[in-house]
Formats: sequence, structure tokens, C-alpha cells
Amino acid sequence: MKKILIVDDEPNIVMSLEYIFKKENFEVFIARDGAEALDIIENKLPDIVLLDIMMPNVDGYQVLHHLKSTEGLNTIKVIFLSAKNKIADIELGLELGADKYISKPFSTKKIVKEVKKLLK
Amino acid sequence: MNSFLVIAIIIVYLSAIFYVAYWAEKNSKSMWVNNPYVYALSLAVYCTAWTYYGSVGLAATSGLKFLTIYLGPVIIIPVWILLMKKIIRISKGNKISSIADFISLRYGNDRFLGALVTVICVLAIVPYISLQLKAISETFNVITNHSLSENSIFNDTTFYIAILLALFAAFFGTQKTDASERHKGIVTAIALESIIKLIFFLVIGVYVTFYLFNGPTDIYNKASVLPNFETQQSIQGIEDGFNWFFLSMLSLFAIMLLPRQFQVTVVENQREKYLKTVTWLFPLYLLLFNIFVIFIAWGGNIIFQNQDVSPDLFTLLLPLKNNHEFLALLVFFGGFSAAISMVVISSLALSTMLSNNLIIPYGFLRKYSKRESKENIGSIKKIRRIAIFSLIILAYLFYRSFTLNRTLVTIGLISFVIIAQLAPSFFGGLFWRRGSSKGAKYGIIIGFLVTVYTLVIPFTIDSQLIASSFINEGVFGIKFLKPYELFGLQIFEPVPQAFFWSIFFNLMVYVLVSVNKIGSYRERNFAEMFVDSNKYASLNEDAYVWKGEAYVSDIRKVLTRFLGEQRTERALNLFYLKYNIDNNVQIADARLVNFSEKLLTGSIGSASSRILISSVVKEEEISLKEVLNILDETQKATESNKQLQERDKQKDEFLDTVAHELKTPITSIRALSEILLEDESIESGVRNKFLSSILSESKRVNRLINNILDLEKLASGRGELILKTNSIKKTIKKSINAVNQLALSKNVEINSKEITDLKLIYDEDRIQQVLINLLSNAIKFSDVNKGEVFVSTTIYQNNIQISVEDNGRGIAKDELGAIFKKFYQAKNQTILKPLGSGLGLAISKQIIESHNGKIWAANRNPQGAQLVFILPINLN
Repeated sequence: MKKILIVDDEPNIVMSLEYIFKKENFEVFIARDGAEALDIIENKLPDIVLLDIMMPNVDGYQVLHHLKSTEGLNTIKVIFLSAKNKIADIELGLELGADKYISKPFSTKKIVKEVKKLLK
Repeated sequence: MNSFLVIAIIIVYLSAIFYVAYWAEKNSKSMWVNNPYVYALSLAVYCTAWTYYGSVGLAATSGLKFLTIYLGPVIIIPVWILLMKKIIRISKGNKISSIADFISLRYGNDRFLGALVTVICVLAIVPYISLQLKAISETFNVITNHSLSENSIFNDTTFYIAILLALFAAFFGTQKTDASERHKGIVTAIALESIIKLIFFLVIGVYVTFYLFNGPTDIYNKASVLPNFETQQSIQGIEDGFNWFFLSMLSLFAIMLLPRQFQVTVVENQREKYLKTVTWLFPLYLLLFNIFVIFIAWGGNIIFQNQDVSPDLFTLLLPLKNNHEFLALLVFFGGFSAAISMVVISSLALSTMLSNNLIIPYGFLRKYSKRESKENIGSIKKIRRIAIFSLIILAYLFYRSFTLNRTLVTIGLISFVIIAQLAPSFFGGLFWRRGSSKGAKYGIIIGFLVTVYTLVIPFTIDSQLIASSFINEGVFGIKFLKPYELFGLQIFEPVPQAFFWSIFFNLMVYVLVSVNKIGSYRERNFAEMFVDSNKYASLNEDAYVWKGEAYVSDIRKVLTRFLGEQRTERALNLFYLKYNIDNNVQIADARLVNFSEKLLTGSIGSASSRILISSVVKEEEISLKEVLNILDETQKATESNKQLQERDKQKDEFLDTVAHELKTPITSIRALSEILLEDESIESGVRNKFLSSILSESKRVNRLINNILDLEKLASGRGELILKTNSIKKTIKKSINAVNQLALSKNVEINSKEITDLKLIYDEDRIQQVLINLLSNAIKFSDVNKGEVFVSTTIYQNNIQISVEDNGRGIAKDELGAIFKKFYQAKNQTILKPLGSGLGLAISKQIIESHNGKIWAANRNPQGAQLVFILPINLN
């Protein structure tokens, strides 16, 4: 069973993502901010992280940076999920090492498809 | 050595130099042509044949004094760089092509001043050019063992060399009509020659010092026993110190004002940053050039002791005497390179001045304004070519007809003193706004006359070996007017004393006339532009203020006459594009007038272009006050533009945040609806949960939109307050009731005992909105286990203060002010985002401020946040 971590501070967004990935037979973990996310990543070693950018305390960029610069964690796939959808934002995200950048609002089907594609 | 062999080598050498110039012109984009080293080396055109032979001569007769000529430039280098930056910027911005143009433009496109500067330069430089020809001729005779017998012009090799040089300068110097454009071919050739002359001089220096003698110590030991050695090799007391000082100063002026230096430093400058390389390379060059001068001089003094040999020729005679003909040939070609670089650049610079500042403005302007562009362009080039030939031939004739019975150095120094007369108006113009064209003209004329009296006349008489009572007795036997000891000043040698008195009178006249008679408005405008060049550089065509009326078609006609149809069209299109002006405008504004003037300046000089343009422009005089007002408005416009941009930026940021905040609930709504739509097997419990989430997110969007509209209304002052007399106690009670449900659900206790009742005027709904916002925030952030909220009022002075406090974590110090910003969400609110829109406190702030009150946040002791607002009791 593949492990997915959903990081977002909006409970309803988390709720919808949790539902669809459980249905797709993922083991789902949830974090409501960056600090919590880093905790879960260290302990549960998910295969993929769906990461919001604008979060209190530790933001998405910092989480990604930690992942990509830590031995053993840098193979974890990361998809940015953000309402920031200017070209500059997207370029920055990809440059920092995200595998995919999906802007909000998103289609649930597309997210499932992208996650599966990355985990192949 | 066989003279035909030498001539053959001269021809090969000149062909090589011509080829280099030709190649550089063809490959004008090559790295070999466009680099700071070529630029820095081309400045070494300062070292002429005079340096090559004359400074050795000077060192042999008067010791270390030769250093002054190079000391001045080296000492000044840092200041020189700063000054040049300013001068180059002004010149490039105004298409200035010579020092005459520079001075004439600074004093309001003054035609007479430009012509005067040109005449001064020609008078100073032509003898100097003839000096170079003399050096070529003399050294040629020495090396070919010719006697100095009289021969006709057509038997004189120097004559043919002069003609070849004129051809060279005329061909590469007049490729373009715009004289302010660069002459890459010539400059590259000059840079190459600078290397050649330095290397050859170093070779001979090493030869004399280490081959003929056993190093510097050996020469010194042998030279020091010669008679007169002591007095020659040191500075003798204060008088000699003064002489030193003024000679250094003289050479310092020369390096900036000599037409050839202005040409290579300013006109031929490609990039400002090239000056950086000059900072070290040029002093190093001068240093290398001077290392061996004194040893060659001493060596010559030792070897040619008691012989009648001109010290000027030591460099050449030392190897010849020892039968090293090849070395002598090197020396000859080093001096030859130095001479021809100087001749070419000087004649080029002078011909530009002659055409643009004397011949065209005084002779051809009327003709040109009626003729076609092709004829005009041809004619301008022809004038410059004829000028180059005339200058060189004039210099040749000068050398032929005057028995120049003096050392090379003296003629060079006279030329320096004459050129130095430009210093007060040149430097004054750069730094002193009041300096006026009248002051400049009178100053230069007086300075020149003093030079003629104290130096040129006595020197000419001297060199003709006519015993004269003039020098010894002064005019009419008045001792006070003795040319070498004017006003009884006896401490100086002739050159420093002439320099001192001429500059003294020049400067006095310049300052006094300028102070007493204010220049025209045009002059004052240019003064402003030159003195404050940094400020005006960015204004471009706007820099010059102008009032009047002109038609584009008239101006176009004038431009076409000189630039041709095509170039005019291209230039105007660029101009329109730059200023975003419609191509079909008929009335020209100040910018077009200024732009056109600049465009023509490179081709025909600033005074002529001014005269031509003003012939089609009806100009009104504008007072200085108006000028200042207009400049002031430009300034203000720039500032308000900045403010607008700042506001635009804030608006953009606000819209970005709004979009982000709206997208968040919409994301939930979309995701949840998609699941509901596609997943038919969904459990009813989950489905209900999803549906209620969709509902609450929809409400959130709605609330957000309302808040944004509300905030905009308040911020723009359109939200009118409904002001009535109300009881503050009642309003607080109502607000507490509104949040009661929330408090109960979170188990938070609201304490509101310390409330004074007071009647005052306010919009009750709005104040209630503020209170509900503060109370619900307090409830949300109060202690999780035992939440408490306190509401209290205090009255002091003319205000009532209402405070809402909680017992939660408080607010981080650096966030106390920021929480009132739009969409600010405090960092320490973890886990659950508050239900709010992020606009609550921003709206509260607007409401309180529109009541003339204040709102702020603080922290409580020991823990908790306190949000406070005050309202004035008598609302006016």
C-alpha cells in the first residue's frame, strides 16, 4: 500500500483529498502545517506529499527544501497544491524541486492521475 | 646609413600603420579594436617626439625638471578620472566633437567663443606640429649622415612624410560627417604606435644603462663628478620649488585641454568604464617612459663631454657613436611613431574645430541652408580634408621658415601655456554656474595677450638672436614691464612666470566679468546642465527648457539638408517612439527642438546647429524663474508618478490576496462536489458532512465578498456613518449577546462588570460590528482550558476607551501593528484557522478611524491579548 501525506491548513480541502485517496487504497496521513508535516515525514516516510504553500509557521517551500536536502528523504515525490498560480510562482516551485505544481482549485480526477503517474 | 634604405623602411612602416588603421576600420566590432587597453594606450599620444628627444635634452641640461611634464598627469589621475567621467557624459549627451565645441556649448552655443577657442588652439598647436616635423627631419638627417645643408622643399623627405600623414588623417578622419563619432582606425593605429615607441625607448634605455655603462650606480658615479652636476640635479630652494609647482600644474592642464588629448579621451571614448584601466595603465606607461630618461641624459653628458652636441639628440647619437646602427634605427622609428601619432591626432582634432567652429558657422551656414544634403555632406568633408592638409603644410612651412634655435622643450612649453588659457573657462564652466560667455571670451583674450607679451615675443626675438632692449629694459624702458620679470616678479623662470601671469589675469577677468554681468537665459540653462550634469543626464531632451513655436516640417527640412532623407526619417522615428509622440504632429515641442540641435551638432558644431534650428523656430525669452518653475513641475510629476506606481503595486497585492482568499473556499467546494457527483456509493453520513461543508464554504465566500466591498466602501469614504446619540453600555451588551452562543460553545466566560455608561454620538451598527469582531477574536484566542474574556471602559480627557481582553497566548511583539493589515493572519494561530476573512481587524480600524478614534493592540500581564479602541466623547 502506497503512503500519501496531505499537508494543508484548510480542513475541508484535507477532508476531500483524504476521502479520494482512501478510496484509491492509499494509506493517508494528514498534517495541518509544515512543522507537523516534517514530523510525519520523518516517522512514516510517505511515498508522496501533497503540499500547500501558504501555511502558518513552516511553509511549503521550507518543507520541500528540507526534503530535497536530506539524505533518505530526497526521493519522496512532492506535488505543490497552491492557489498561487502566477507563472513566476509555478516556475519557482518547480525550480525548488517539486515534481509537479497543481493550482487550486483543482480537479480531483487530475490529482489522482498525477499522483499515480509519479508513483509508477 | 643609406638614406634610400631608411626611406624604404619608412614606407614599409607607414604602410603597416595604414593597414592596421584600415583593418580596424573594417573590423570595427573586433575585440582587438574595442577594449580598454587600446583606449588607455591611445592616450599616450601625450608622449610625442618631444618626450622622445626633448626630455632627455632637458634632463641633460637642467636635471630632474623634465619630470614635471609627467608628474602633473600622474598626480592628477584620480581627479582626472572623476572629471573625465563628467566631461565624457556631457559630451556624449550633446554630441560634442572638440574642446571648442564643449566650451562654446557651455556658454550657450556661443559662436564667437567657439571660434576663439579654435584660433587659440591652432596658434598653440601648429608650431607644436612643426616641432614634430622638425624632429623627424633632424633625426632623419642624423641617421642618414646628411649634413643640415639647405635643400629645396621637393628634395626634403620630411615634406613627403608630411603629405602622407595628411593623406592618412584625411582618409581615416573624415569617413563620417558626424565628427562626434569615433575614428576606430586611427585610434587603433595610435595605440599600436604607443606600444612601439615605448618598447624602442626602453630598449635604448637598457642599452645605455647596462651596455654602455655598468648599471645606474656606475652612471651616477661618473656623472656626479661632472661640473654643474649638483646644481642641476636638485630643487634649489623655494624659487625652484615654485617653478616645479607651476610646471607640474601646466602639464596637468595640458593633459586635459590639449585638443589631441580631448580627442582621444573624450571623443574616442567608447565606454565610461574604460577609464578604470586608464587609472593604472597610463601612470605606469609614463613611469616606464621616464625611468631611463635621466640615465640616457647622464650617459650623454659623460660621453659627449666638452663636445658641441645637442643634448636633444643624445638618444640617437649614443648608439650611432658606438656603431650600433640598428639600435639607432629603432630609436629613429620610436621617435617617428611618437611624432606621427601626434601629427595625425592633432590635425584631426584641429580640422574638426576649424570646420565646425570657425569655417562653417562663419562662412558656409547660409549656403548650406539652401542646398541639398548630398552637396552639404560632401562639402563638410571637403572642408575638413582641406583643413587637415592646410594645417600640416602650414606647420611644415613654419618649421622651414623659422630657424627654431631653441630646444624642443621650450616650444612645447609655449604651446602648453597658450592652451592653458582655456583652463579658467573650461573648469569654471564645469563647476561655477555664474561663469558667463563674456567672462570666458575676455579672460581668454587677455590671457593670450599676456602670454604673447611675456613669452612669445621675447622668445621669438631670442631665437632670432637679436640683441634686444625689450627683454632687458622692458617697453619704453619701464622695468615693471620687463617681459620675463613682469611687475618685478623675479622668482620664476620665463615659462612658469608667463604661465602665472597669464592665468592670473585670465582668471581675474573671467571671474570679475562673470560676476558683474549675468549671462543670457540660454547660457544659464547650459550652465545648469554642465554644472549639475548628473541631475540633467536623466532628463535627456527635457533638460533644456524652451518656450516658443516651431513646425515639425521646417525642422525636418533643416535636418534633411545635413543628414539626408533617410537618416532624418530614422532619427525622427526613433525620437517619436522614445517619447511616444504621434508621427503626425505638426507643432514641434521643446524636446524635438533640442533633439534636432544635438543631432546636427556632431556634423556642423553646436553654434551652427543652434543658428540653423533657431532660424526656423520662433523662440520667446524665458525668465530664470519660469525655468525653475518648469523644472520644479517636472520634478513633482516624477514624484507623483512614483506615488501612483506605489499605489498600483499595493492594489495589485491586494487583488492577489483577494484572489487567493476566494480560491481557498472554492477549492473545497469544487473538490467536494466532484466527489459527490461521481461517487454514487458514498455513505449518507459522509455525504451530509460534505454537503454541510460545501454550504459553510459558500457562506465563507459570501462573507468575504461582503467584507471586501465593506472595506472598499469605508476606505474610499463612501460608506456614510449613521450618527446618532447612543448609550455605549447598551451597545456593548448587545454585542456580547451576539457572541454569546460562540462563547458558550467554547466554554469561555465573558466578564463585563467595569462598564461606565455614557451617551455619545456614533454609528451604532458599525461600532457593534467592531465589538463583535474583537469579542469573537478574543473568544477564539482565549485560553483553551479556561477561557476568559474581559470587557471594560475607561474615561479620560475627552475620550472613552473600550478594551477587550483575553487570557490566551497573546500576540507576538512584532505583530502588534501588523494584525490590522488586510488579510493578515497571525503566525501563532495554530491548528485551526479562524473562521474570519482576514479582513475583520482592517475593517474595524477603518470604522474607528472614521469616528476620529484610534485602535491598537497590546499584551496583558501575565498572559493574554488586549485590543483597545478610543472614541472621542464630543465628536465634531
